[in-house]
Amino acid sequence: MSLVNYATREITCKIVYYGPGRSGKTTNLHYIYGQVPDDRKGKMVSLATQTDRTLFFDFLPLDLGMISGFTTKFQLYTVPGQVYYQTTRRLVLQGADGVVFVADSQARQLEENVESFQDLHANLADQGIDARTLPLVLQYNKQDLPGDLILSTATMSDALNFRGVPEFSADALHGPGVFETLRAISEVVLKRLSAGAGAVR
Amino acid sequence: MKVDSKLRFDNFVVGSANRLAVAAARAVAETPGMVYNPLFMYSSSGLGKTHLMSAIGNQVAQRKKGLIVELVTLEDFIVDLHAAVAAGDTSPFKEMYLQVGVLLIDDMQFLTGHRETQTELLRLFNALQADGRQIVMTSDRPPAEIADVDERLITRLSGGLIVDIGAPDYETRMAILKAKCEERGVRFRTGVIEELGRLEFKNVRELQGALNRLIAYQTLGGDQIEPHRVLEILGDLADQRVRVDPPAKPSGEFQHFLSDISMAVAQHVEQWKTRLTEAIDYWKSEGYSTGSLERILTADAPPTSVETVLREFEGSVAKLRDLERQIRRLDTPLAAHDAFSDPERLSEAEQLLERALRTSAPPSGPSAAFTRAGFEVGASNQLAVRAADAIVAVPGTRYNPLFIHGPSGVGKTHLLNAIGNGLVPGPSEPGAGAVACVPAQLFVDELIAALQEGTVDRWRARYRAASALLLDDVQFVAGKERTQEELFHVFNALYADGKQLVFASDRPPRELSGLEERLRSRFEGGLVVQMASPDRSLRERLYAKFLIDLGVSPTGEMLSYLGDRAVASVREIIGTANRIVASAEVKAVAVTVGFMRAELEPDAGEASRAEVMRKASDSFFLDREKIAWDWPDPAVRLIEELR
Repeated sequence: MSLVNYATREITCKIVYYGPGRSGKTTNLHYIYGQVPDDRKGKMVSLATQTDRTLFFDFLPLDLGMISGFTTKFQLYTVPGQVYYQTTRRLVLQGADGVVFVADSQARQLEENVESFQDLHANLADQGIDARTLPLVLQYNKQDLPGDLILSTATMSDALNFRGVPEFSADALHGPGVFETLRAISEVVLKRLSAGAGAVR
Repeated sequence: MKVDSKLRFDNFVVGSANRLAVAAARAVAETPGMVYNPLFMYSSSGLGKTHLMSAIGNQVAQRKKGLIVELVTLEDFIVDLHAAVAAGDTSPFKEMYLQVGVLLIDDMQFLTGHRETQTELLRLFNALQADGRQIVMTSDRPPAEIADVDERLITRLSGGLIVDIGAPDYETRMAILKAKCEERGVRFRTGVIEELGRLEFKNVRELQGALNRLIAYQTLGGDQIEPHRVLEILGDLADQRVRVDPPAKPSGEFQHFLSDISMAVAQHVEQWKTRLTEAIDYWKSEGYSTGSLERILTADAPPTSVETVLREFEGSVAKLRDLERQIRRLDTPLAAHDAFSDPERLSEAEQLLERALRTSAPPSGPSAAFTRAGFEVGASNQLAVRAADAIVAVPGTRYNPLFIHGPSGVGKTHLLNAIGNGLVPGPSEPGAGAVACVPAQLFVDELIAALQEGTVDRWRARYRAASALLLDDVQFVAGKERTQEELFHVFNALYADGKQLVFASDRPPRELSGLEERLRSRFEGGLVVQMASPDRSLRERLYAKFLIDLGVSPTGEMLSYLGDRAVASVREIIGTANRIVASAEVKAVAVTVGFMRAELEPDAGEASRAEVMRKASDSFFLDREKIAWDWPDPAVRLIEELR
């Protein structure tokens, strides 16, 4: 399945929210879910453990309706952040058109962020995907926490954004930055079409 | 059709379902012809297509006074076209449309089946777009779904931006209702408008109809309508309408996201088609065939990289241009060959050039074996030689053309080639053409071959590019009309350029029967010199030269003896010298005057009839036993037979 199917005039865009455990990936999806009118959203599938942690993955289908004659559908996924769900992460990552890396801005989580970011690159490389060509956006979440607990966006950027991709500070729980991030990744993904490249499959 | 001035952007209610269409329409109205050309808007009836299109027309008319805005329905266009065809002259119709700066066509879905209208539209669109004029169209369905329309026209219609306008959502319906109430100066009780807004009208016109009923009820009845009576008053209008609950909280963020994504999809997803279409238009206007690009355009999926496709196409065109430039120098008419304007036939173009290069090698030049230094001068040829020397010194000025005639074997070919060698441009003149020194027979054969291959132009160009033309045995062109015709033109071209012309023939021009007068007069217009058979002193010198060449040192007596013998040509002298030397070698004797005499005059003295026969005949027949040498008188034989 390609991102744009000209025969059936369908656009299907798979976006994966990646990041360390408890960084707020599912929260991003929940916020989006809450903003989407009922007729536009599918059922959000969330397989959570008893302690409210994502066990497998979240899946939020968004039906954006007819755009320029194309039936447009977005599929938002999250991966389980915990280190031991490696296989699930790879599975979810398969066929992604774009990745949002949700980093935890808390200073003590920096190590986890870097590890998870490296894990993302390793998983992409495993699937033969050049990470430099895959649309990627960074989100520095939990920027609403007290300043002494978190790192500034500049510090986060220094640590993670060596490729200079679009980056956003966010407070996924309350909304700021969530749609900005989604909009940015969507645009990067769609922009690749005009450059002539298809989806990463 | 006049653009309705009441339909403007400022009174068009923008909602999530039409945000993209409005943004595109505004962009078009601000810079007509620059973005989204053509703009194709489609939606079901009553959702504002005509309003938006008219708004474009009004804004352009207001801001760009110089531009002619024409709004037509497709029906009008078809009627006008038919009227023009019926009147027998479609040119005023075409003229009229070609002057339009912004062409707005409503109801494109009626194209179905109108073949001639489609052709005319395609032509019109090509002309308008090439000129940077804006085209805006509306339809109730996207271009691809309009049945029975020429594929090329569909591509054209889809080449810019296609936007759809959806049914208004709750917020948009509310905005429309409020705007209408304000416009009409009507006030309802709180909740009335909201109640109406909750009904899902898929069409703004029907929504307005429902509002009109409420307004009429309230104005005519005099009572304020209560919200709970709205459904009852609307009656049939409200039946079968889904009644939606107003959204609990405004979903502004999502709506913004949606419209941004809509814009991004419109820009990026179909962008490759736009880029290809632009490239096709451009290269077509440059006169190149764009079949390969058009095939990609009609394919379902985009190419892996539009950039690469376009770059490759551009590269091929650049190569074609280079080939064309090269071939233009060799063979101008061949440069118009289709292969030079079709990047798909690049290899064919390369082959054409290669063939042209092969066949357009310069005409054969003089043979280096014949040098001026090796040419013996005597009284019989000194005039010709002096003329030749003068020509080599200053070619193309004196003695042009030089016409040398004389019997066979007197050295015309030698002298001709010697002149040619003298005229060959040195390395300091790289631009000068080659010296053409050819036998007339070759000249004729080449022309015939060129006629067969259809490459006469190239053949002609080869000779016209020469820095001098030396034609041997020109008597062969006599009686050959086409050759004389071509020779005449080549002659004139070279002569006009001050190039040297030299001809050699076995007889003077006036004795060449079958030679056209125009050529004869030209041959005679320069210098006609004769080369006679070698005179005595020349004969002696030639014998001396050739004998020395053969390794024999001739004495004065020998040369005197040989010189006395009359010969017709130099060739005969060479033959005699060869014969003497070869014979002496075979017989292993020294060459003396006596030997020469015995060899050259074997029948001197009492030469019997038999000896004459023997000398003249093949040795096979020389057997005495087998040949009757003495025949009886035929008269006697006859009498015997009769007896």
